[in-house]
Amino acid sequence: MNQQAEVSVSVESIGHRRRPDATIAVIGNPNAGKSALFNRLTGMNQKTANYPGVTVERRSGRCTTGSDTFELIDLPGTYSLTPNSTDEKVSVSVLFGRVDQTSVPDGIIAVIDSTRLYQGLYLLQQLAELGRPLIVALTMTDAAERDGIRVDVERLSAVFGGIPVFPVVATTGRGFDALREGIAAMQGASAPGSPAVWPELSAAVDELSAELANAPVRWQRAEIERWLIEGDVVLEETGLEHPSPEQTQRAAVLRTGLFGDQPPLAVEARRRYQWNREVLAGIVRSEKQLVSAGARLIELINRPWFSTVLFLLTMAIVFQAVFSWATVFMDAIDGTFAALGGAISSTLPEGMLASLLTDGIIAGVGSVVIFLPQILILFMFIILLEDTGYLARAAFLMDRAMRSIGLSGQSVIPLLSSFACAVPSIMATRVIPNRRDRIATIMAAPFMTCSARLPVYAVLIGAFVPAREIIGLNLQGLVLLGLYMVGIMGGVGTALILKRSALKSAKPVFILALPEYRRPDFRSVVVKLLDRARVFLRRAGTVIFTVAIIVWALAYFPRSESVAADQALAVAAAEAELTGDALAERLAEIDNEAGAAQLEQSLLGRAGQAIEPVFSPLGWDWKVSAAVIASFPAREVVVAVLGTIYAVGDEADEQTVGERLQSATWPDGSPVYTLPMVFGLLIFYAWCLQCAATVAIIRRETNGWRWAVFSWSYMTGLAYLAAMLIFQVGSALN
Amino acid sequence: MTLLELAPGETARIDAIDTSDAGVQRLMVLGLVEGAELTYIRSSLGGDPLEFRIYGAAISLRREQAGRFTVSPVGSA
Repeated sequence: MNQQAEVSVSVESIGHRRRPDATIAVIGNPNAGKSALFNRLTGMNQKTANYPGVTVERRSGRCTTGSDTFELIDLPGTYSLTPNSTDEKVSVSVLFGRVDQTSVPDGIIAVIDSTRLYQGLYLLQQLAELGRPLIVALTMTDAAERDGIRVDVERLSAVFGGIPVFPVVATTGRGFDALREGIAAMQGASAPGSPAVWPELSAAVDELSAELANAPVRWQRAEIERWLIEGDVVLEETGLEHPSPEQTQRAAVLRTGLFGDQPPLAVEARRRYQWNREVLAGIVRSEKQLVSAGARLIELINRPWFSTVLFLLTMAIVFQAVFSWATVFMDAIDGTFAALGGAISSTLPEGMLASLLTDGIIAGVGSVVIFLPQILILFMFIILLEDTGYLARAAFLMDRAMRSIGLSGQSVIPLLSSFACAVPSIMATRVIPNRRDRIATIMAAPFMTCSARLPVYAVLIGAFVPAREIIGLNLQGLVLLGLYMVGIMGGVGTALILKRSALKSAKPVFILALPEYRRPDFRSVVVKLLDRARVFLRRAGTVIFTVAIIVWALAYFPRSESVAADQALAVAAAEAELTGDALAERLAEIDNEAGAAQLEQSLLGRAGQAIEPVFSPLGWDWKVSAAVIASFPAREVVVAVLGTIYAVGDEADEQTVGERLQSATWPDGSPVYTLPMVFGLLIFYAWCLQCAATVAIIRRETNGWRWAVFSWSYMTGLAYLAAMLIFQVGSALN
Repeated sequence: MTLLELAPGETARIDAIDTSDAGVQRLMVLGLVEGAELTYIRSSLGGDPLEFRIYGAAISLRREQAGRFTVSPVGSA
């Protein structure tokens, strides 16, 4: 979920940390409780980096047991070693040591859900055939007990050749001491034997293994097996050389013997699951349980109509919470920054340094940091929806509707998480198997109203939409809801157009595992939230901090001697004529006028006036134009820039950014922020792709600039046209 | 009969599978193979996709794929 891939630092360069004793891969079915287990084993000791040379994210953490330190790698969930999606490809590649030759995992932890052993054992069979040290973490044992499922751990271990099995409950930590010891014991341990599921396949692999013994790159046994079953498609990903014609022919003969005229994958599934059913009959004892009240409630929640109503209700609560719960915290942050600014202006002499600190840094960074509470509340809800398993239900419910725009329910989860941030959501599209569907989803995702748009909306709505009640609903809230709708319409329309043109494809297959509802793991939620807070504050501390200083400098320099001289003359004249309050008022007025004149002739003023013609059809003056241009790297910067511009200029007396905007005028005295202009600006922010991180992630996830450039130009063009249309039509009607 | 003809709560065993569909092969990797038993739970809004439960796991599939599984009922859950 971390959007800024850290530069991977070699372990040696971190002085106080020693090289981990071994690298252990953590793998399991999706929703098997893998992340909760990973978080408990590694604590906060995690990092997200990239594999060297490839754009694949690598989530790893350190786990210490006694004197040993292990590096755990958290791999995306998968049901088998035959990958269907980008996500699953990553897991398979890492397990085979194809991504990062230097760290072929020294051992594997198979995370197996004890309530879904039927599917878990399928992956476990394949993992056992990898021939590496392997242990099983049997998760959800509390849920299994509750459902009356008894798992015979000893027998499970025995059928897999004595593999160590550790029953755990990741949310409470039960069984983790034994699991840690098991991890430590993997060092130097030999691989457990794999069960004789399919002797004919083993024999065929043995035979090919002898044939391929002289290949330039050594084939792993499991790679030969995958090649037999999946065919040459495996070679493209392994980088293994194509076998000789004789070897290929030999493989073809073996395939006919094993699979006949049936698809090999289907035959493999039949064999392995038949074995699973036979084995499970001896391992799992299921006692009929009375249907509990909880189960009845879930049955009700899952009814399609009830579920839909519940979903809409949840969303309403989320938006309500984002605005009302956050106020207290936002006021506190606001107060802190105001006090800080006040302390600086009273201690430092008036001048450049004071201006840099108060007008540049505090006004700029402070105006963005204040939105941290809202963003965290929004993220908390999205994380909770995801971790309870609710988003998968939403995908099930929405499949039919998504099909009408050419996508499938699979796109629902990334699109919903886009309401928090497009960057992790675009990474979440990796679960979509069809590439065209995946790209259409990526193109739609940045239209969804992300948390960085909230500050912009909040400032503009707060300043220009009256807080009136309309049929019992807050008008400001309604406008905000409308903007979310505008975002959704933009995304849906884009997907619709793309799926009917450039990204036309056969109707996608929609297969979805529906996880059980479960209580979210507190640790996992906290880890993810802290991660988001870190990303947000890092942006505020780096990008926004830098932009604020640059904008301040551009707005402050050069200082005009003649303006200063005029100011001095006016002050002298006022002091001669006036006294008391009238004098103070006049002096403040002179100060503001001088500030405005200085700003007008500053570098920023000149640049803004140069680009003003481009944006004048949208009703923007040079200040707005400059702020919008400056916010292309990160859209929330606009609030900081407006904060700085108006703090330096003649609106500085007003307390908040909103009030400063309200008092902004054209040279002729008419307000800049008319209603058509404000609504145009809002639509512009709803649709424009002002986020360097999103552009970068699109490039990374689509493997090239093409879609990134398309997305940026298309969204910016669309935003411009829409803002112009609204301003022109709105102004004509007024 | 196929999976499409089950009533909610009804359990059936898979007898035969039309494996020509790529989606069907992916479902087989999730455990929908001959001999496996599964229970029909409910359909989504508009009658598609369908939710089934197979040995403790809930899976959603579209009617298009569900129609390729021939089953015989084994009773109600």
